[in-house]
Amino acid sequence: MTPRPIAVVGACAAGLAAAEALRRSGWTGPLTLIGDEPHLPYDRPPLSKQLLHGTWEPERLLLRTKEQLDPLGLDLRLGTRATGLEVAARALTLDTGERLDCAGVIIATGVAARTLPGADALTGVHTLRTLDDALALRGRLAGDARRLVIVGNGVLGCEAAAVARELGHEVTLVGHDPVPMAAAVGTAVGELLAEEHRARGVTLRTGTVDGFDTDGDAVTAVRLAHGGVATGGRGEGDARLPADTVLLAIGSTPAVGWLGDDPALDTTDGLRCDAYCAAAPGIYAAGDVARWEHPVHGRPLRIEHRMNATEQGMAAARNLLAELAADGADAQERRPFAPVPYFWSDQYDLKIQAYGPTAGADRVETPVLDRAGRRVLALYGREGRAVAVLAAGLPPRQIRALRAVVATPLPWDEALTRIDTATATG
Amino acid sequence: MKITLDADKCCAAGQCVLIAPEVFDQRDEDGVVVLLDAEPPADQHDAVREAAAICPAAVIEVQA
Repeated sequence: MTPRPIAVVGACAAGLAAAEALRRSGWTGPLTLIGDEPHLPYDRPPLSKQLLHGTWEPERLLLRTKEQLDPLGLDLRLGTRATGLEVAARALTLDTGERLDCAGVIIATGVAARTLPGADALTGVHTLRTLDDALALRGRLAGDARRLVIVGNGVLGCEAAAVARELGHEVTLVGHDPVPMAAAVGTAVGELLAEEHRARGVTLRTGTVDGFDTDGDAVTAVRLAHGGVATGGRGEGDARLPADTVLLAIGSTPAVGWLGDDPALDTTDGLRCDAYCAAAPGIYAAGDVARWEHPVHGRPLRIEHRMNATEQGMAAARNLLAELAADGADAQERRPFAPVPYFWSDQYDLKIQAYGPTAGADRVETPVLDRAGRRVLALYGREGRAVAVLAAGLPPRQIRALRAVVATPLPWDEALTRIDTATATG
Repeated sequence: MKITLDADKCCAAGQCVLIAPEVFDQRDEDGVVVLLDAEPPADQHDAVREAAAICPAAVIEVQA
C-alpha cells in the first residue's frame, strides 16, 4: 500500500513554511502542496508596495525558485483548488475530481478580498490580494495620472495610497473611520499617518460607499451615503467622488467556504484551532485563515500578518508530525503556538513596526509622539496589562528591545517603566 | 555553512538579529540587515537556519 501523503492546502507563505518544516522535521513520506493560484509560492507584502510601484517585477516576489523547491520532493498542484475535506477520514477532494486520502492535512488557504455588490462587473474597480490583482491595478496606474479612489483606510488602503501618490495619481482615501488605520493601531498613531498622507496630497474622506456611477461598464464615480464628510473639519463634501480607478481595500474573508459545514470544524471567522494549531485530529491550520487559542493572551487570535504565516506554518507542521509519531520511539511533544505577533507597514518613508496584538486594545498611550520628527512609540493595553507596542522612527536596537516588553503581558505601569529603559539606551 | 543575503529585499523586521545576534545585525539608519559572519561556526548553524526560515522577506540564503 502506498503511504498516505501529508497535504498542505495553500501554496503561499504559510503553506510553504509548513512544507519546508515537515521535511526539516523528518517527514520523508509523500508531501502534496496544493495552491489555487497558478504561481509558485510568492510573497504578498510587496504587492501593495514594490510590485505596485513597479520597482520590483513578479519574479522578485517568489519565495523560492524552482531549483530551491526541487529538494523538497513536493507533489506540487498549482492552479488546483481543494473543494472539500472529510475530517474523520482526513480525505481531501480537489477540483480535478480527485480524492486524496491523507495522513494529515495543514490548511493554509488564507483569506479572500471583500468586494462590493456589482463591483466585479465594472472596468476600473479593483481589489488587491493576489499577484494577478496587483498586476492588473499596476497596469491601470502605469500611464497618465488617474483619479483613484481607495475605499477602505486600513493598512492595505494606506499603503496603496502612498504608492499611488508617489506615482503621481490623484488619490482620495475613504474610510468608515475618520482616522486611517485606527482599528489596527489606535487614533494617535492613525492621526500621525493621516497628517503624512495629507502632506503628500492624499484627500481623506469619511463615509460609507453607497454605489458606483458608471458610463457603460466603466466606473466614473464612487457614491457616498449621506454625502460623506471631508476629514479634517472642512464640512460636508460632495456625495460623489469622481474616479476612473477604484481600489476596494475593505478587508477580507477567511477562505473556509470549501470546508463545508462539517460539525467537527468551527469556521466562524476562520478555522478555529486549539493552542497547538489543531482543528481536529490530524487537521491543522496556519496563517491568515487560522483562529487559534493563543496560550499567553488567553483568547483566540487570527492574525493576517506575514510573520505569523511563516511561524504558524512551521508550528503546525511540527505539531502535526508530533501527533502522527505519538506512538513511535522518537516521539516529540506537541508545543503550544505562542508567538509574539509582529507586523510592519511601509508608507512613504515611514516604517511602522509593532509587536503584540495591537488590535482589540482598550487603552493606548504614546510615550513618544514627535510629529515633526515622525517618531512615535505607542503602548497598547487590554484588561490592565500591556499587550503590544508600536514604533516608528526609532533606532533598530531600541525597536528590538521593545519586543521583550510585551512578550509576556505585564501590568501597565511596569511595562511603561520598561519602555523608558528600553528607549533610554542605545 | 555559507550565508548570502539579498539585502535589497530586507524589510528590517530584525527577526534574524533576535534569533542569531552573533551572525546578523541591522544598520542604525534604516534597520537593513548586516551580515557579521558569512561562514559562522557550527554552534550557530541551527540558529541561522531558523533565521533564514523565519525571515519575512526571504532575504537569507544558506548553503550546506
